[in-house]
Amino acid sequence: MTSPRRGAVAFEHVRKDFGGFTAIPDLTLRIEPGELVTLLGPSGCGKTTTLRMLAGLESPSAGRILIGGEDVTRLPANRRDVSMVFQSYALFPHMTIAQNVAYGLESGGMKAGPARDAADRGLGLVGLDGMGERLPSELSGGQQQRVAVARALVLEPQVLLLDEPLSNLDARLRRRVRTEIRDLQQRLGFTAVYVTHDQEEALAVSDRIVVMQDGRIAQEGTPRALYEQPASDFIADFIGEANVVPCEVDRVADGMATVRVGGLTQTVPARDAAPGPAQLSVRANAITLQEGNGPFGGKIVSSAYLGDHLEYEIETDVGLLFAIDAEGHAPLRPGTPVSLGFRPRGLALIA
Amino acid sequence: MIRDNRRLDLLLLAALISFVILPWYRLRSGFFGLGWVGDYLTDARVWPGVAQLGQWWLWPVPVMLLAAALLRLTLPPARRGGWLAILGAAGIAWMMTQGLSVGLRGWNWAALKALGDVGGQQAFGAGAIGILLCFAGLIAYGLAERGALKGDAFVLGSITLLIGLVALFVFYPLVSMFTGAFQDFDGSFTSAGVARNIGDPKIWSLRCLFGSGGCGVAWRTFFLALSTATGTTLLGLAFALVATRMRVPFKTGLRLLTVLPIITPPFVIGLALTLMLGRAGFVTQFIEDVTGWELGRWLYGLTGIWIAQMLSFTPISFLVLIGVVEGVSPSMEEASQTMRASRWRTFRRVSLPLMAPGIANAFLISFIESMADFGNPLVLGGNGGVLSTEIFFAVVGAQHDPARAAVLATVLLGFTLSAFLAQRLWLGRRNFATVSGKGDGGRHAALPRRVAWPVTVVVFLWAAFTVFVYGLILFGGFVKIWGLDHTLTLEHYTRAFSVGWQGGFVWTGVAWNSFWTTMKIALIAAPLTAAVGLLTAWLIVRQRFPGRGIFEFALMMSFAIPGTVIGISYIMAFNLPPVQMTGTAMILIFCFVFRNMPVGVRGGVAAMAQLDASLDEASLTLGASSPRTLRRVILPLLRPAILAALVYSFVRAITSISAVIFLVSAKYNMATAYIVGLVENGEYGIAIAYSSVLIVVMIAVIGTFQLLVGERRLRRQIEPAVQKRPKEVQA
Ligand SMILES: Nc1ncnc2c1ncn2[C@@H]1O[C@H](COP(=O)(O)OP(=O)(O)OP(=O)(O)O)[C@@H](O)[C@H]1O
Ligand SMILES: [Mg+2]
Repeated sequence: MTSPRRGAVAFEHVRKDFGGFTAIPDLTLRIEPGELVTLLGPSGCGKTTTLRMLAGLESPSAGRILIGGEDVTRLPANRRDVSMVFQSYALFPHMTIAQNVAYGLESGGMKAGPARDAADRGLGLVGLDGMGERLPSELSGGQQQRVAVARALVLEPQVLLLDEPLSNLDARLRRRVRTEIRDLQQRLGFTAVYVTHDQEEALAVSDRIVVMQDGRIAQEGTPRALYEQPASDFIADFIGEANVVPCEVDRVADGMATVRVGGLTQTVPARDAAPGPAQLSVRANAITLQEGNGPFGGKIVSSAYLGDHLEYEIETDVGLLFAIDAEGHAPLRPGTPVSLGFRPRGLALIA
Repeated sequence: MIRDNRRLDLLLLAALISFVILPWYRLRSGFFGLGWVGDYLTDARVWPGVAQLGQWWLWPVPVMLLAAALLRLTLPPARRGGWLAILGAAGIAWMMTQGLSVGLRGWNWAALKALGDVGGQQAFGAGAIGILLCFAGLIAYGLAERGALKGDAFVLGSITLLIGLVALFVFYPLVSMFTGAFQDFDGSFTSAGVARNIGDPKIWSLRCLFGSGGCGVAWRTFFLALSTATGTTLLGLAFALVATRMRVPFKTGLRLLTVLPIITPPFVIGLALTLMLGRAGFVTQFIEDVTGWELGRWLYGLTGIWIAQMLSFTPISFLVLIGVVEGVSPSMEEASQTMRASRWRTFRRVSLPLMAPGIANAFLISFIESMADFGNPLVLGGNGGVLSTEIFFAVVGAQHDPARAAVLATVLLGFTLSAFLAQRLWLGRRNFATVSGKGDGGRHAALPRRVAWPVTVVVFLWAAFTVFVYGLILFGGFVKIWGLDHTLTLEHYTRAFSVGWQGGFVWTGVAWNSFWTTMKIALIAAPLTAAVGLLTAWLIVRQRFPGRGIFEFALMMSFAIPGTVIGISYIMAFNLPPVQMTGTAMILIFCFVFRNMPVGVRGGVAAMAQLDASLDEASLTLGASSPRTLRRVILPLLRPAILAALVYSFVRAITSISAVIFLVSAKYNMATAYIVGLVENGEYGIAIAYSSVLIVVMIAVIGTFQLLVGERRLRRQIEPAVQKRPKEVQA
């Protein structure tokens, strides 16, 4: 079983139709052993479908799926070497925590005694020692979530699948549990495919992010690559809430491009851009603003006070801009004329 | 891969055993008997298929099996799967074709005589049925190897088997009934019987409406069903409103009343009415004495049947409607009241329209129950019966006219199915579930006064009447001769249920024989029904297979097939090869399983819909197979539904009469059929004593089921009272 490809995953031209509707037209994707890959994308883009095909819970309409180098396209879910953490946890409500965790081991033919020991070790791994006798309804949401992870992990699968595992948790717990999952994954070295539509979560845990749009891969790469070099306005907008504005590239030298946008001139990494019209992604927090008039002016349309920062919508010559001001104290009123500027770090040309 | 091969090898081995060892044809000694082993060498009738190959129409069977074996040896699973499935389907098709074509005395169809002369053949025996199952297995494994339904052989096998069983035990009988109408005694085609009956004024006359004279039996049955459905729906609604919207005493008592008719054999109410209002009934006598009127036989006929049906079906309608009335979200009513609507306006414009689909459902159920009712008309029908009794007399009576029975059964089926379809169509457009997932606070609006008063009065009068009738039933078992001699006695009980010692313990009572048969058959049928019903529910809810919608619809439609129609169609289908089982216990068991299964399916579907599908999926991704998932995860969570299905099928197996009366035999007589016999002989005392015992036994057994199935443990602390939604009860 310990082939060098153990833990590798490949989708080869996979298509999935639901009746007449094509959810995934043609997906080709490789995942290396030991990698944590996040599927990210707006609602309905096919993340869950992709994950379920990998688990064997949906069968592809065409194409092949390989796990550990072996074609599993026609293998039923219970004979695939993957396990899954469900969004709803799916803990069996009539079994104790220990029974839940031992369930998969016993299904695989392990005797009750050793299975129980392994289950206890699994619970220890996620910090739930001594809770084995409780029923799922007697645990908090975060604890239940960890049981679900333990239940999947004790099987030592080649690949662990997680479908929005944190979406039922509150913000603080979410941050903690996602760190725990990442730690476990790095410690034990299994391959993980992680589905989320929270871009912050994706940036925080992934080795690689695959952004999907309408069943297609819009871009894949490391978190940094995606954030700093978006391949399209969709990516720029989806990752890090950027404004996409038209600009004019004046010249390119030494890998840097000089661009004109609004009334301002900026220097940004060129990314193979050629002189001429182009598109520039401008992060909301890369816009600075001051009351008054300037070379690049605009008018406040609306403002919102959010405690540690202020949010504005600003009407400008290049369109409506969304800006975050972390320094202002009192919000400017709608109608106020403002002078705008850019912080270079939040700008990127769209390839 | 290895697993795929191993299970296929086992299947082929089973096919081999079926073909070269088991008796191919049906034996008189019964399906499970082993008596044939001794005659194996001498008696050609017990020989297996391989020894029957003198009959050329069996040749395709071994050929197809060899082809399957060849595929197994030469091709890998993914490539042979499609072929295996095709072989399986072809095998089943061929077995059906040859079984239906070659009957006891040669060709069944005159057109086939051109193919040359054939001897006859018996019905399928263990060998032939084994081969059929193996072909079904080939379909399932073949499709699994192709990766259909995610390659789950268990699911595919269950679906194949279920579709086969439903086809055999629901559709084949109906088709046999239709063709039976067009067959002469010797099996040749004739339309004479149908032509004679189809325009018969005794069925279709409308003279009671226009001109003088009586109406045809079809219309009388229809009018009766309309009146019963209207009456029981109104009364049931009144009961439901009182039980949920008013503060009245005896609420639990009211609910208990509703259980009674479910465990009462259907003709018992008719019997009690006879004792009270019949010619010699004490009420009749009293009125005649006081007024000097000659009441005579006024009870017998539609009036009497109607009263009996009102008593029998009002509680059922109540059970349906109480769920409906409770289901109306209080916030809707509160919203209406905040918009300045009076209580009456709120009731009329908001509550009632929201309840309308439920009311339609209750109406439909009562309509079908009334149409299908056999026990009450049998006791109270007098000279003018209804469709179900006419069907019965067309078969067993002096006239013995199967064509007439088939025509009448078709008419009856036409009425009930139209009602079912009409309700489906009507409901399709207005399906507003008002029970939302959100916790719904708020209180139901109180009833407007002009509704509250009449409803309360009616409800209490009716409840008193019901209690009185049941008291009468109990009492009737303890008096010597009803209406003539009211001395208290245990005579009826001892005649029915005495035991004695005659050189050994003996059951001397006259009722024991049918009593034990009933218990045995009901106890075998109940778990089978629950199992088949819940498995079907699981497949319908959790598996997306092509034709699922049609399959579900067909199953639900079989609700609407009256028992009488089932009875007569079973006789017509299973009296001759290829599948012959009249006179056995098996036919009774199958009848119960497929007649009561839809209720199990419905309960199972409702229960399963509340279980998150990710529980199944989690179990699968944890490496458990589908059967293990069912056993370890689904079943423990479905305990309430299992219990309901068990109880329902058990009780229905004991109390039903309409289908049973066609299928009992001297060897396997059922309690209800036996009691009807007693009633026909005028032995009311024993009949009533026997019925009372049945009621008590059912209560005891239901309690036992409850203990066996046990509670579902989800939380350690006592669960807060969940709002229980009453199960719908169906014909
Ligand atoms: N069983 C199904 N039948 C029909 N269409 C389906 C089915 N399952 C998913 N779809 C469709 O396929 C598309 C992809 O669905 P999927 O569940 O994979 O989205 P997702 O990316 O997980 O979205 P979300 O972030 O909302 O969970 C959607 O348009 C959805 O409507
Ligand atoms: Mg999803």
